[in-house]
Amino acid sequence: MKQNNYQGGIRKMMIILSKATLDNVYAAFVLANGARMEGIEAEMFFTFFGLEAVHKKKLEHLHIATVGNPAMHMPTLLGGLPGMEALATSMMKKEMERLDMPDVAEFLEILKASGVKLWACKLAMDMFHYQREDLIDDLDGVLTVGDFYKQGSGLGTHMLFI
Amino acid sequence: MEKVIAGKQIDVTEEGFMTDFSQWDNTVGEALAQESSIQLTPRHWEVITYLQEQFKQEVPLSIRKIGKSGVVDIKEFYVLFPNAPLKTATKIAGIPKPVSCI
Repeated sequence: MKQNNYQGGIRKMMIILSKATLDNVYAAFVLANGARMEGIEAEMFFTFFGLEAVHKKKLEHLHIATVGNPAMHMPTLLGGLPGMEALATSMMKKEMERLDMPDVAEFLEILKASGVKLWACKLAMDMFHYQREDLIDDLDGVLTVGDFYKQGSGLGTHMLFI
Repeated sequence: MEKVIAGKQIDVTEEGFMTDFSQWDNTVGEALAQESSIQLTPRHWEVITYLQEQFKQEVPLSIRKIGKSGVVDIKEFYVLFPNAPLKTATKIAGIPKPVSCI
């Protein structure tokens, strides 16, 4: 049967996004989209701050972190100044446009059209008092952790926590 | 390396992508599609022609560009060429494998 021929390849990526900083959101999106481009199934689980990436009013306003981010190579105090995050974010967005990277809303549309399943975490939604209608229409549903694990059953599934 | 496709000697990479587009013609395209288990319809040909035009104009290909092409949307692209659509479609079109991550 099919399972006897399994060579160890990746068949499905289950990607959990728990952060709302732009760099983390993009990393998760690129990995999910990249999986589909290779013919690998992909599902995403948005939990805790990661929910902001699928929150209608918040997804356009995600930032990169300038404080507590050693890769920014700036003193923590400087990174905390007003406007610093906005400046770093706009610089990153310009660079991404140059690389033909879509913005968050368009990226979500691409993921959906590519067949990536998008799930919101029930517990995190309860915690932040989000309703289903606060989140994008393209969302496939709201799941518990157990439901998400069930989605990932089968040979060749890998899970990734971001 | 060389490979016989549709009765012709064709230069390909190890992954099976053609390295000399001048060796491509419709029968080669048909044979390559068969290798990927795809039955080409007029819609497939429209997409293949678009990809080849982009290649000739040296435009790098990405899923995002396909979606904005006006030729096919991303959803249909995945239906026409299931399993790695951009790789499969460019392989059939006889053009190099795209290097884009998006």
